[in-house]
Amino acid sequence: MASNMPRNMPAPENRSGFAFLLTDTGGKVLLAVLFLSVIVVPVFNLWIPEGAPFHLSTFYVGLFGKYLTFALLALSVDLIWGYCGILSLGHGAFFALGGYAMGMHMMREIGTRGVYGNALLPDFMVFLNWKELPWFWFGFDHFWFAAIMMFLVPGALAFLFGWLAFRSRVTGVYLSIITQAMTFALMLAFFRNDMGFGGNNGLTDFKDLLGFNLQTDNTRVGLFIASAVALALGYALCRYIVSSRLGRVLVAIRDAESRTRFFGYRVEYYQLFVFTVSAMLAGIAGALYVPQVGIINPSEFTPANSIEIVVWVAIGGRGSLYGAALGAVLVNYAKSYFTGALPELWLFALGGLFILSTIFLPKGIVGTVPAFNVGAGIKAAAAKLIGRVRENLGGAP
Amino acid sequence: MFLVLAILAGALPASLGLSGPAQAGEFEEALASLAKAKTKGKIAAIDVIAATGDERAADVLTTFLGGNLYFRKADKKVLIAKKSGAVYVLTDPLTNKEIGQTKKSKIRKIRINNRLRKLLRGVLGGLTLLSKDPAKRRAAADAVFKSRALSALPVLEQAIARETEDNVKERLIMARAAVALDKSKIEAERLAAIATLSAFAVPEVRSLLGAIANSKTSDAVRAAAANALVDIESRLAFWNGVGNVFHGLSLGSVLLLAAVGLAITFGVMGVINMAHGELVMIGAYTTFMVQEVFRNYFPGAFDFSILVAIPAAFLVAGAGGVAIERGVIRYLYGRPLETLLATWGLSLILQQLMRTIFGPTNQEVGNPSWMSGAVEVTGGLVLTYNRLWIIAFSLMVLLSLLILLKKTAFGLQMRAVTQNRAMASSMGIRTGLVDALTFGLGSGIAGMAGVAISQIDNVSPNLGQNYIIDSFMVVVFGGVGNLWGTLVGAFTLGIVNKFMEPFTGTVLAKILVLVAIILFIQKRPRGLFALKGRAVEN
Repeated sequence: MASNMPRNMPAPENRSGFAFLLTDTGGKVLLAVLFLSVIVVPVFNLWIPEGAPFHLSTFYVGLFGKYLTFALLALSVDLIWGYCGILSLGHGAFFALGGYAMGMHMMREIGTRGVYGNALLPDFMVFLNWKELPWFWFGFDHFWFAAIMMFLVPGALAFLFGWLAFRSRVTGVYLSIITQAMTFALMLAFFRNDMGFGGNNGLTDFKDLLGFNLQTDNTRVGLFIASAVALALGYALCRYIVSSRLGRVLVAIRDAESRTRFFGYRVEYYQLFVFTVSAMLAGIAGALYVPQVGIINPSEFTPANSIEIVVWVAIGGRGSLYGAALGAVLVNYAKSYFTGALPELWLFALGGLFILSTIFLPKGIVGTVPAFNVGAGIKAAAAKLIGRVRENLGGAP
Repeated sequence: MFLVLAILAGALPASLGLSGPAQAGEFEEALASLAKAKTKGKIAAIDVIAATGDERAADVLTTFLGGNLYFRKADKKVLIAKKSGAVYVLTDPLTNKEIGQTKKSKIRKIRINNRLRKLLRGVLGGLTLLSKDPAKRRAAADAVFKSRALSALPVLEQAIARETEDNVKERLIMARAAVALDKSKIEAERLAAIATLSAFAVPEVRSLLGAIANSKTSDAVRAAAANALVDIESRLAFWNGVGNVFHGLSLGSVLLLAAVGLAITFGVMGVINMAHGELVMIGAYTTFMVQEVFRNYFPGAFDFSILVAIPAAFLVAGAGGVAIERGVIRYLYGRPLETLLATWGLSLILQQLMRTIFGPTNQEVGNPSWMSGAVEVTGGLVLTYNRLWIIAFSLMVLLSLLILLKKTAFGLQMRAVTQNRAMASSMGIRTGLVDALTFGLGSGIAGMAGVAISQIDNVSPNLGQNYIIDSFMVVVFGGVGNLWGTLVGAFTLGIVNKFMEPFTGTVLAKILVLVAIILFIQKRPRGLFALKGRAVEN
């Protein structure tokens, strides 16, 4: 069936090397900002002494680092929602699972420095009178093992869930609702003490990571740099996926799922692939988030959190990866500001943002504000492709 | 009269192989012995006092239980003493008259311990067996059952003979059999008692028989107890199952109420309204407001507040729904995912609004008298009236909705618009108006659900959040666009949940149900009762 596709279609394979990164102006700006911040932040935090005019306090380093992990999370949601039309209302679950993997490793690193001084068991297990480490905690004393689990666990869950869902053609709002049920079920499960993940207190009181004390400025800056690098790599990966041939199929699925299927593409494989990749990215974001905030607990699984992620993407601009990152940083900056200055008003503002952005900014900031309108080229190309597909089908809308 | 009855009663239990009753006049003697006796002697004295049936017995024993019975050191006379400032006011328990005051050092409290307290409670229970109030008689019978005090037996016989209420009489007979089983020394009597008890499938009897079956007693009694136990276990299991079904129906009816409005907005219109839970919450707050008005202006008519609250909640939530549809949703038709986000934003705003107006704490919503209380069927199965009413109410709401959809002009227009908007419009139906009214209808039903939920749950700004995911699960599970599916879905989920809870605990049951639904949707993506035909593809 694929041979029926038009011969004169632009061939993306002709580009070579890193062209996929350099054709997108917004993305170039994003990478440049990340590169700059990796240099500027350490300098302003570590080398300019406290009290000097350009000193950046460690608090802000942590805050910006947190925003960067949120940006990576938003990127992962944009990859599936913006490019494949899968609205996941459970992405917070993948984020939290990645976070738990990191948290479990850091719990094991506490060792005998816990309140009860037990070398093997984390404090909460001693408190619950457990005698031995549950099997699923084995291996987490090695960082390499935890590092694999950070994306393997969310990825495996997404693969299983997606395999079941996409195979049965559960899409659209149905998928949104059951992803929400998934994160809700996980939240209830993680709230249970018997699960062995610390119950509603979660995992906290971390001391250090890879031997670096989490309280020092150096470690904070290191985590910030790691987040920035992860975001840059995550962006590159997403950009590579969406600008490949596969990415074009994804967009086709987003815009006309049945037609893509009729062309002979196995839609569910594409969806499954991109859903799993996205969940892994979310897991890595969670793993970087936890050491910077110092706690992971089941409230990260609340459905409200997952929906909030979607609004970052919606506000930033769906279907333009850098827009999602921008939206995450902007909304979270606003949140930090509002919850500090006018805590009563934050939920009003957030709710208003949801409504106004969906009605008045269907394309998000980057699609509406002219200064950001750099992704238009890709969109035009996509529209062209869809137009051609439609032409081939005989012009039915 | 009490005295006469008690003497008459004294003649009866001689046949039970128990010690004979005390003679009148022994009351004083037994009371006096309380001052000197040790625990064993006190037990005997209490039994004697109770068995005399003396009219002063209840007062004295109550005083003893309350720790106000003393004796004078000088002559060991038993007294009732009450502290009044620095001194103690003394009362003669025989005449119930004040006989002066004394210092603490002149008197000493008659010691009491837990064993005695337990006995006293049982004995006192026996003494209230003849009360005029059936509820008190019944409680007294249960107290005798628990204490199995021999002294209560004469009065118990008396009470059984004159009892007119069947359910109290059952309890009395049960208590008599328990005493006989526990205290009698004749095997035939004990076997008869077991036979009597085996008719009562209640947990108390089960534990009594269980204890007997494992005790050191004759083989015949043990075997009889074990047999009766098996019988009772199976009946208890049956009633337990019935109870689970009831609780499942009760949970299901709440889910049905919360989901049926969603079945209209999501199932019929295809609008994902994430603010649905908040409309339920608005209904609950409307109930609170209506009740406040009743409390302040018509306290006498409080029982009717719910009847006013139901239409009020329908109107308030319905108006809210119309406003939401006209203000937000109509700009987003055909973009379901955006609708989802916008209405989620609305739900945040509504929650915060309620928090700002009423505060984050729970509001006090009362049950009208006809909704409080419970009916006990048997075997420890208690059906509370509010749950029964909510089941009935949910079915009434569903029924009226079905009639509205299938039998009225508005229902016809509504179905026409949702099936083919353009065609309906060209037939002259004002589709915008129908959209607004349909959405208002679904929202109004959510408001009515809020009235019902306010009767069994806390009314707080988070109320809606607790129901929204479950409601969506019900609609998705039952099949979109089908009210029967919603009915079956709600009750299935409720009952499955309640049957799993004893094995897994509440939280795990909920998790397992969610996982089961997620898996079920893979098998039947359109739910139990799927719509068929072309409309499905869109």
